[in-house]
Amino acid sequence: MSLRDVISPFNAWKRAFEKPDTIVKPLSEREGSPLYRGFHINDVDKCIGCGSCEEICQNAAIDLVDVASVKAKPGDSGLRPLIDYGRCCWCALCVDICPTGSLGMSNDYTWISENSDDYRFIPGVDDKKWNKSKKGYRRSAESWLVDPNRQHMNEIEPDKRKKNFDEYAEGFTDEQAMAEAGRCLDCGICIQACPTHMDVPKYINSIRNKDLDEGLRIMFETNPMLEACGRICTAKCEDVCAVGHNGKPIAIRSLKRYIGDQTFKKKDEIMDLKPAASTGRKVGIIGGGPAGLTAAFYLRRFGHAVTLYEQHDKLGGMLKWGIPDYRLPADVLQREIDFILRQGVEVKYSVKVGKDISFEQLHKENDALFISVGAQIGSDMPIKGMDTEGVYSGVEFLEKVSKGEKPFVGREAVIVGGGNTAMDATRSSIRLGAKAKILYRRTEQEMPANREEIREAKEEGAELKILSTPTKIEKLPSGRLKIECLKMELGEPDKSGRRSPVPKEGSEFYIEADVCIMAIGQKVEPEFSETIGLKVTKWGTFEVHSDTLRSNEKVFAGGDCQTGPDDAIKAVAAGKTAAYFIDRQLRG
Amino acid sequence: MKPIWNDTKEYDLKSGKYVKIWQGPQHPGITGNMSIELLLEGDEIKLLKTHVGYLHRGFEKLMERRKFINCFPIVCRICVPEPDTNEYLFAAAVEELSGIEIPERAKWIRTLNLEMARLGATVMGLGGQAGSFGLGTIGQWAVAHRDFLLDSFEELTGGRIYHMYIVPGGVRYEIPEGFEGRLEKTLVKIEKLLSDIDKVMFHNAVFKSRSKGLGYIPKDWIEPFGINGTTARASGVSYDVRKDHPYLIYDQLDFNVITGTEGDVYERVLIRKEECHLSINLIRQILAKMPKSGPVRTFIPDIMHWKIPAGETYVRAESGRGEYGYYMVTDGSEYPQRVHVKGPSYTHAMSLLEKLGEGVTNADIFGLMVSLQTYPPEIER
Repeated sequence: MSLRDVISPFNAWKRAFEKPDTIVKPLSEREGSPLYRGFHINDVDKCIGCGSCEEICQNAAIDLVDVASVKAKPGDSGLRPLIDYGRCCWCALCVDICPTGSLGMSNDYTWISENSDDYRFIPGVDDKKWNKSKKGYRRSAESWLVDPNRQHMNEIEPDKRKKNFDEYAEGFTDEQAMAEAGRCLDCGICIQACPTHMDVPKYINSIRNKDLDEGLRIMFETNPMLEACGRICTAKCEDVCAVGHNGKPIAIRSLKRYIGDQTFKKKDEIMDLKPAASTGRKVGIIGGGPAGLTAAFYLRRFGHAVTLYEQHDKLGGMLKWGIPDYRLPADVLQREIDFILRQGVEVKYSVKVGKDISFEQLHKENDALFISVGAQIGSDMPIKGMDTEGVYSGVEFLEKVSKGEKPFVGREAVIVGGGNTAMDATRSSIRLGAKAKILYRRTEQEMPANREEIREAKEEGAELKILSTPTKIEKLPSGRLKIECLKMELGEPDKSGRRSPVPKEGSEFYIEADVCIMAIGQKVEPEFSETIGLKVTKWGTFEVHSDTLRSNEKVFAGGDCQTGPDDAIKAVAAGKTAAYFIDRQLRG
Repeated sequence: MKPIWNDTKEYDLKSGKYVKIWQGPQHPGITGNMSIELLLEGDEIKLLKTHVGYLHRGFEKLMERRKFINCFPIVCRICVPEPDTNEYLFAAAVEELSGIEIPERAKWIRTLNLEMARLGATVMGLGGQAGSFGLGTIGQWAVAHRDFLLDSFEELTGGRIYHMYIVPGGVRYEIPEGFEGRLEKTLVKIEKLLSDIDKVMFHNAVFKSRSKGLGYIPKDWIEPFGINGTTARASGVSYDVRKDHPYLIYDQLDFNVITGTEGDVYERVLIRKEECHLSINLIRQILAKMPKSGPVRTFIPDIMHWKIPAGETYVRAESGRGEYGYYMVTDGSEYPQRVHVKGPSYTHAMSLLEKLGEGVTNADIFGLMVSLQTYPPEIER
C-alpha cells in the first residue's frame, strides 16, 4: 500500500468534466442497425403460404393461418404466417429458408402493448408501424438455405440424338437424385397443382431415405402410369414449386422417373398386390389410353371386373401413338401397361365401338361404362389447300411414326403450331432426315409446349418462325408445297391470358417445303359421339358432371374426350376420379 | 492422491455461536440465479454450501429433439454474457462430424467474433468485480463500454446479446462496409477505460486491501479441482486452449499466454484486465491479417433433413472464463443423439467456491464469487 493507492482513485473525477456518452433524456427511439433482426415483415402478395417458415422454426412460434383477404390459388395455399412473439427467438431461420423471399425482419424492436394477445399477429396483414420498413434483416442470395440450381439428367448430344429415335435422356444417377431430392422443402404446394394430386414430398422423401420401394407404393396410390409420367408429364407441379420462385424448381418429374427406373424390375414384388375381393360388378372401358388404363387399374383394386375395348392392336392411346419413342420408349410404356393388365383386366383389341360392337350392347352387358376415347382427330385450319397431298395433321403424322412407317418428310418440313404435338412432330421429322421449320402465330413466350421441349427442338436444329400463320397451301409443279403465310402482331390478351395474334396487313410471304404438318389441336371423333348419343358441348367433347365425371346413369366419361386435348396426367386424374365414383355408384 | 478437502468438521448449531443464512437465488455475486447457504460465526464463514438448479433449461435434452440447424439458435442461450463460444463450438462439432470445411475467411471472422465477445464479457466482468467491492462507478463505466461493443455486434450480426452469427458452415453474412473503422473507435474507447480502471481500481487502497490474499488458490489445486482459464493462469499455470490446442486461426496470431503468480482475487482480476488488452491486440491483428474477400459460408445441402454420420467428438475453445467444451454423439439421423456442454463454471462455482469460502468474511463473499467468473446457466445447461 502506498500513497499512490490512496490518491489514484480520485482520477475518476476527471470523467465528471467530460461529455457523457449516455443521453440524459432519451426522447426519440434509437434506430436498430441495418441488419437488425426485429419484428417480422411479410410481403403478403409475394408470400405463397408454403409453410417452410413454420417447418424450420425451432420454437414453434409460427403458425400458418387462413387470411380472409388472401384467396387460395394454384401455387398459393392462401395461408399466411402468424408469429407468436412470446416464442420467437429472433434467429431469422424463417427468413433464411423463405423460398419467395417475402419474409424479412425490420429493424424495429420497440413496441409496447398492454394486451399480451397483441404479440401474436400476422406480419404484413395486421397493421404495424414497421410494415413499410426498408431496413432490417433480409436474406441474401448467399444466405438462402436452399440450392437454387437443379440437377440435370445426362443427355445424348443433339447432333447424335437427332439421328435416331432412341431415348436421349439417361435418367438421374443415384447421386443426382439424392442431390435433387435434397432441394425439396416438403411444403406440398405441388400436391394441389398436380391433377391427380400425387404426394410429391412424400415420394421425394423416400429417395432421401433410400427407400425407393416405399416411393413406388406412394406413387401407385394416385398414379399407376408413373413411368410414362416420369418422362412426358407436363409437370404442373414444377410450375408452382416454391423453390422456383427464386431458383430452378425441383426436378419432380425426373425424380419420379428415377424411382420408376430403379424399381420396375421388381414392381410385382414391391407392390405385392393381392386381387381384391370380387364385387361381381362389371365395368366396360372404351379406349385404352392413360385415362382408361388408370380407371381399369383402380377399378380392379376395388374388385370390379373390367373389360377394355381398344380400337388399335396395342394399348396406350396417345402415349403410344402421339408420343415418339425418343421421349417415351415403347418398351417402357408396354411394361407399365402389362403391370396394369396383370391385375386382371380383360382387353378386347381392334374393336371399334359403334362399328364392331354396338354401344347399346355394351350398355346392356356392363353395370357401368367409362368412355376415354381421347381426342384423336387433328383439327383442320380453315384455309385453302388443306387437302393437298403432303399436308398431314400432327397426330396422323405421329401415329405413322410410332407405327414405324417412316412417313415422307422430304428435305424440308414445315410444322404449324406451338404445342407439344408440334414439337414432337418437329423433332420426329428432324429424325426422319428433314430440316424443320415451326410456324407459330404468337411469340415463343406464348407457346404452350414445355420449355425444355422447345429448347431441345432448337438444339436439334429446328427453326422457329414466330408471329406467322399459313393462309394458303398449293402444290408446285415440282411436287413441293408452296405455303402462303401472313405476319401477325400481338394484340390484347384473350381469355387464356395470352395476347391474341392480329394479322398484319400486306405482310404476305411464301415458304416452300416438302411437307406441312398441322399440329394446331385435336378433337373428338364426331362420328363416335353421334353413335353413342351422349350430350356433347359446343367443342364436341362429352358433357359430364364436373366432379363425378358422370354423363348419365351408367355412363362416365373422362380424359381428352371430355376436356379436349390435354396432357397425360389430366387423363390419369380423370381415370382415377371415374374409378372412384363408379365404385361408389356400384356399391350404392 | 491425498484428498484436498476432508470435510469432517461438525458445528453445534444449538450452541448460539453460529448463524445460518441463505443468500440467493438473486445473488449479487453471480450473473444469473444461484444460492449459497452460509454458516457464520460472527462475520466469518465457517461452512459454505452451493445450491444450483434455478436456471436449468434443459438445453442438452432440447438439442436431442431438434434438427442440427435448429440447435444453433438455442446454444447461445447457455451463456448470456459470452454466447459466441457456444455458437462456435456447436458449429465446430457438427462440422467435424459431417466433414464440412469452412471457408478461410469465415475462420477469421469467427475468431474476430469470439475475441469481441471475450472482450465484452471480460470488461463487464471487471465492472462486476469492482462493484462487488463497492466501487460502483467502475461498474457503470464497464457496462456502458460493453454497450459500445454490443453496438458493433448489432451491426455485424444483427443481434446485441444473442448474435446467432456463427452457423454451421461458416458465418451468416459478410462484414458490413466500414465496420473495421467503427470497431477500432470502440477499441480506443475501451483502451482508455482500461487505463482509467488501472488507476481507479488496481491502484486503489480499498480494493487492494480487500482483494489481495482473498480466495487464494494454490497451484496444486488446479488439476484436482479442474480449474482453468484466467483463474488457473493467475495461480501460475500456463494453459490456454488458444495456445495449447489452437483452433480456427489462433496459430496465425502472435500472442503470449498471460500468467500470474499470486493466485488471489487481485491477481485474477489483474490478469483479466491484461486479457482485455490481449483481446484488443488480437482483434487488431485479425483485422489487419484477414483475407479481404472470399466466401464466408459453405452451403449445406438439404438443411432441413441434414443427416450427420454416426460418430462422436469433443471440441474445445478458450472462453473468457476458461476451457469450454462440447461433446457430441451422432447416430446418423437428423438429430444429435447426445450433446454435452462442459463449461468452466461447473467446477469453479460449486466445489471450488465451497472450499474457498471457508474463513472468508460475509462481506467478501460477493467479491470472491465474482472473481471465479461463473455463470449458472452454464452449470445447469
